[in-house]
Amino acid sequence: MDAGRDELLNRIRALQFTAVELGLFLDTHPEDARALADYNAASQELMRLKETYEQRYGPLLDYGFSLSPQSWRWIEEPWPWQVSM
Amino acid sequence: MWVYEKALLYPVRVTRPDPRMAKNIITQYGGPDGELAASLRYLTQRYTMPIPQAIGVLTDIGTEELAHMEIVAALVYNLIRDAPLSEIKAVGLDAYYADHDRALYFVNAAGAPWTASYIQSKGDPVTDLHEDMAAEQKARSTYEYLIDLSDDPDVIDVLRWLREREVVHFQRFGETLNLVHDYLNSRHVF
Repeated sequence: MDAGRDELLNRIRALQFTAVELGLFLDTHPEDARALADYNAASQELMRLKETYEQRYGPLLDYGFSLSPQSWRWIEEPWPWQVSM
Repeated sequence: MWVYEKALLYPVRVTRPDPRMAKNIITQYGGPDGELAASLRYLTQRYTMPIPQAIGVLTDIGTEELAHMEIVAALVYNLIRDAPLSEIKAVGLDAYYADHDRALYFVNAAGAPWTASYIQSKGDPVTDLHEDMAAEQKARSTYEYLIDLSDDPDVIDVLRWLREREVVHFQRFGETLNLVHDYLNSRHVF
C-alpha cells in the first residue's frame, strides 16, 4: 500500500475512532451538547476524507453506501487484513 | 442490517511470523472471552433491553466487537501466514494445522472450539449487564496476559489498543446499568 494511501487511511481511522468513541459516550449521555457537537464535527470531516479516499482508491463500503462510477472496484486488493510484511 | 467497511478500525502491522503468538492470540478470536463471544453476546442481549440507551450501547459495542474480531483475525493471519511447517510443529500448532492448515477458525488458545455456552442472554437487563461488565474485565485480563507473552512491539501495540477498548466498554456498561436501575426504580413510583 502506498504511503499516501496509508496516511489518508490513518487519518480516516483516527476520525472514525473519534466518532465511535463519542457515539458510545452519547448512548449513555444523550443530553451532552458538547459531545454531540464534537460527534457531528468529526463525522463531517470523516465524510469529507472518505470521499477523497474513495475517489482515489475505490469504495470503502458496498450495499449502495459508496459509488463505484467507472468500474467495480470493491473487490480490488488489498483487503484490510492483507498487510505487507 | 450491517455494512462492511473495507478498512481495519485500528491498523495491524506484522513484521515477522510468530506462530506461537498466533496460537495464543487466537483465543481472542474464538475463545471464551474473545471478540466473537463478546459481539454475539451483546447483539443478542439487546432485544430485551428496556431502555433506548441500553439498546444503543449493546448495538454499538456489539458492532465494534466485530471490528475487533477482524483486527484479531488480521493479527493471527499475518503471524501464521508465512510460518514454515517446522515452526508450526515446534510451537505445537501441528494439531491445528491438521484440521485448518493456516486458516482462521474459532478456537481458544488450547484448541477448543467456540461454543454458545460461553455466553448468556437472560432476559433480565441487570443480570445481562453484569455479565457484560464481567466479560469486558475478562477480555482485559486476557489481553494483559497476551501482552505479557509477546515480545513484538508491533503486536503489543495492537493488543494494548484492544485492551483499552475493554476498559472503555466496561465504563459504558456500568453507566448503562445505572440508567437501567434508575428506570426500574422509577417504574415503582406513582
